[in-house]
Amino acid sequence: MSVSEKFYQAFLYNDRWLQYLRGVGTTLLVTVIALAIGIVIGTVVALIRTAHDQQKGQRHPLLSAVNVILQIYVTVIRGTPMMVQLLIMAMVIFASSRNFTLVGALTLGINSGAYVAEIVRGGLMAVDSGQMEAGRSLGLNYITTMRFVIIPQAIKAVLPALGNEFIILLKDTSLITFIGGKELLYAAQGIMNRTYEAMFPLLIVAGMYLILVMIFTWLLGKFERKLRQSDRR
Amino acid sequence: MIDVKGLKKQFDDHMVLDGIDLSVEKGDVICIVGPSGCGKSTFLRCLTHLEEPTGGEIYLDGELITDRQIDDIRARMGMVFQHFNLFPNMTVRKNITLAPVQRKMMTQKEADAEAERLLERIGLLEKADVYPAMLSGGQKQRIAIVRALAMKPDVLLFDEPTSALDPEMVGEVLQLMQDLAREGMTMVVVTHEMGFAREVANRVIFIDEGIIKEDEPPEEFFAHPKNQRLQDFLSKVL
Repeated sequence: MSVSEKFYQAFLYNDRWLQYLRGVGTTLLVTVIALAIGIVIGTVVALIRTAHDQQKGQRHPLLSAVNVILQIYVTVIRGTPMMVQLLIMAMVIFASSRNFTLVGALTLGINSGAYVAEIVRGGLMAVDSGQMEAGRSLGLNYITTMRFVIIPQAIKAVLPALGNEFIILLKDTSLITFIGGKELLYAAQGIMNRTYEAMFPLLIVAGMYLILVMIFTWLLGKFERKLRQSDRR
Repeated sequence: MIDVKGLKKQFDDHMVLDGIDLSVEKGDVICIVGPSGCGKSTFLRCLTHLEEPTGGEIYLDGELITDRQIDDIRARMGMVFQHFNLFPNMTVRKNITLAPVQRKMMTQKEADAEAERLLERIGLLEKADVYPAMLSGGQKQRIAIVRALAMKPDVLLFDEPTSALDPEMVGEVLQLMQDLAREGMTMVVVTHEMGFAREVANRVIFIDEGIIKEDEPPEEFFAHPKNQRLQDFLSKVL
């Protein structure tokens, strides 16, 4: 078979390009769901852990207990491979579920949450302590100062790292293929199984991931420049 | 107005403040001087619980300051920092109006008007809608003072307000502080500006080894220091 025939088989025959496109759709959907879960979990975890660390005087017992649980969560998630987590979720915890894509998205979200938590916590800690002191000295309470002063500054600081996490997440969605999630790589595998040709399906998929990542890198750059408005001299 | 009784502050096993007693009356302008590390900044920060005191009591208008009502206390005690601590993510206007609006003292409209009045006073009205990054150090510190004033505080606390400024900008900040003192604002100022202490303060306090070693009107303080450590200190800085 000639190269052009192989490409025809991998991409055009039987409207196979539609399968890739559907895969892209699922990949984006899983990324968005996982990202939303990850950011919510990560932000909540980071805020609680920061509040715990910033306490003065005697420590609040409930906050301390929650902090220990959150620390265990972060340690376990960051300390075990994503692939293993996916298999445990799909074959043990949600063994009876057939919605592999959703289980995959949930797992990715929980996984991402642990990393986002550490990114956001780092961002919150990096804001100069004088900012909190200034807010509190004006009679604003802890939560108001966090909301108007600390968090907006932290967001700007964590955006590059968060963008990086987002890109990692986008590519990690390919892992859910192995628990039966029908995303981009899954489409390629299906075609490979029918044509016995690996090169073009894999190259096409790689190219599609690359294009997606480049688009999002560009969008993130634009967003960051907009946020940097207040630094302009 | 402020009564401090036996205030102690310990960091690990280092006793920074070892029993400070002080009464601040309405209209007082008190300058606190002393060698670095003597605890003068720590004392100021303890007044509004930015540092948790280890012992002793602080009263504001007869009311014991505790952690429970600390936000209300802080709203009445303005604080000006060495490094200004303006909020870089907000315009000058928002910096000034945030606290009065969030504490529901004023509507946004009232706070805006107040901010403009205060900025007009210090000649920086045209900076209302710029971000702090575009201001000089002296401008930042004067706006930080104005931000504290917008809360209409009973007393202003200054923690080395000119120490982080370029020399040519010290004057404009001291001038504003002097104007406020003349208008009867109660002020407690930790400073190395001996000229300001001599000219503007009605009491000068020397803290050393965690206690008040001298508390005199400026004429007496600078002309006839009684404490040996103060004599040494003044001979070095004057």
